[in-house]
Amino acid sequence: MERDDIIEYSLDAHHSEEEGRKIRRKIWLVTLLLAVVTTIEVAVGAYWKEWFPGHWQAVKWTFVVLTLVKATYIVMTFMHLGDERRNIRSIILLPYALFILYLIFIAIWESQYVHHTWETYL
Amino acid sequence: MAGDATKALSNDVLWGGGRSPFSISYGKMMMWFFLVSDALTFSGLLVAYGFVRHSTTEAWPIGEEVFRALPFLHGNYPLIYVALMTAILIFSSVTMVLAVEAGHRMDKSGVIKWLFATVLGGAFFVGSQAWEWSHFIHGGGGYMTTAAGEKYWVHNDEHDTHNPTAHESFHLVPALEGHYLQGAEGAHHLSREESIAIWNKRVSYVDGANMTRNEYGPPQYANFFFFITGFHGFHVFSGVIINLIVLVMALQGVFHRRGHYEMVEKAGLYWHFVDLVWVFVFTFFYLL
Repeated sequence: MERDDIIEYSLDAHHSEEEGRKIRRKIWLVTLLLAVVTTIEVAVGAYWKEWFPGHWQAVKWTFVVLTLVKATYIVMTFMHLGDERRNIRSIILLPYALFILYLIFIAIWESQYVHHTWETYL
Repeated sequence: MAGDATKALSNDVLWGGGRSPFSISYGKMMMWFFLVSDALTFSGLLVAYGFVRHSTTEAWPIGEEVFRALPFLHGNYPLIYVALMTAILIFSSVTMVLAVEAGHRMDKSGVIKWLFATVLGGAFFVGSQAWEWSHFIHGGGGYMTTAAGEKYWVHNDEHDTHNPTAHESFHLVPALEGHYLQGAEGAHHLSREESIAIWNKRVSYVDGANMTRNEYGPPQYANFFFFITGFHGFHVFSGVIINLIVLVMALQGVFHRRGHYEMVEKAGLYWHFVDLVWVFVFTFFYLL
C-alpha cells in the first residue's frame, strides 16, 4: 500500500546544473583550504624545533586551532550541516559540545592531580 | 542540498504538526544521531589518551620521531607518510561530496565515477594503514639493557631485529636519559667490537611493539596506537564496504528508479565522519 504520510524531503534536495557548478566551486575551494592547512601542520610538526625553538605551547595551540578550522569546514560544507535548519544543527552540535567540553575539563584536571601525586609520592 | 531547509516556512506552520521542524528525512537524521554517538566514542578514546599522556611521569614518545619512514626508501621523513594518508582520506572525502552533488542533479554516471574514486581512495588508506602497523610492530632496531640498568639503542642498516649482530653495520648507541628515541644528531656511536661485548651481556632486548612492551615508549603508547588507529581503520574498512554496496546499487540504477540519490548522501555522511575523526587523530596522536 502506498503511504501518504511520508514527506519525501530527499526530492526537494535536487538542484540544477547552474547551482551544481556553484556548489562544485565551493567544494574545490574547501579542498584547497584543507590541503593547505594540512601541509602547514605537517611542516610545523616536523620542523618546529628549528623554526620556533622553545615555543611548544604556541605550536601546540596552533595545531588545536587549525584542527578545529578543518573540522568546521568538513562538517559544515562536506557534511552539509551548514545548509540544514538551525534546529537540527543545534540538536547535533550542542549536546556533543556539552559532553566533550566537560570530559576534557575533568580529564585535564584529574590528570594534573594524578601527575602531581605520582611525582610527589612515587 | 538539505531537503527544503532553504524554503521559508513560518514558525507556527513548522511546529504545528504535519511537517518535520528539522526538514530532513528520517534516514539522514538517524545517521546524524549515530554519528554523534560514534563521535563521543572517539572523543572518549582521544581524551583517555590525553589523560594517560598528561598524568604519566615517564618520557612520552614524539610523533615526528616515531613515524618517519617511507616504504621503499631509507632516510628520515618525519610525518610524511601520515601526511600522505591524510591527503588520501581528505581527497576521497572530496570525491564523495562530488558524488553527492552529482546525485542531486540525477547524474547517474557522475555518481558512479566519483563513488568509484571514493572506494579506491578508502581501500588505499586501509592498505597504507596496514603498512604503517607492520612497520610499527616490526620496529626500527629496538634497544637492549644491561644488568646495571644502562640502555643502548641497537642499530644495523638492515633493521634486522632477529639477528642484529649478523650484519657488518651492527653497533650500539647509548640512550639519553629521559628520551625514548635517540635523536640522530650528537648521539655517540660505539664501535662494532665494543658493541658486541656489551650486546653479549644484555639482560633484555625490546624490538618493535606489542601489547606489553615496545621500543618507542611506555606500553600504553603502543596500546593507544593500536586501539585508536585500529578502531578508526575498522571504520574506514566498513565505510569502504558500505560505499561499495551503494556503488553497486547505483550501477543497477536502483536510485535512479527511486527518483533520488539520498542513499549516497547517507553513506557520504558516514564517510565524511571517518575523515573528520582522522583529522583529530592526526592532530592529537601524531602531531601533539
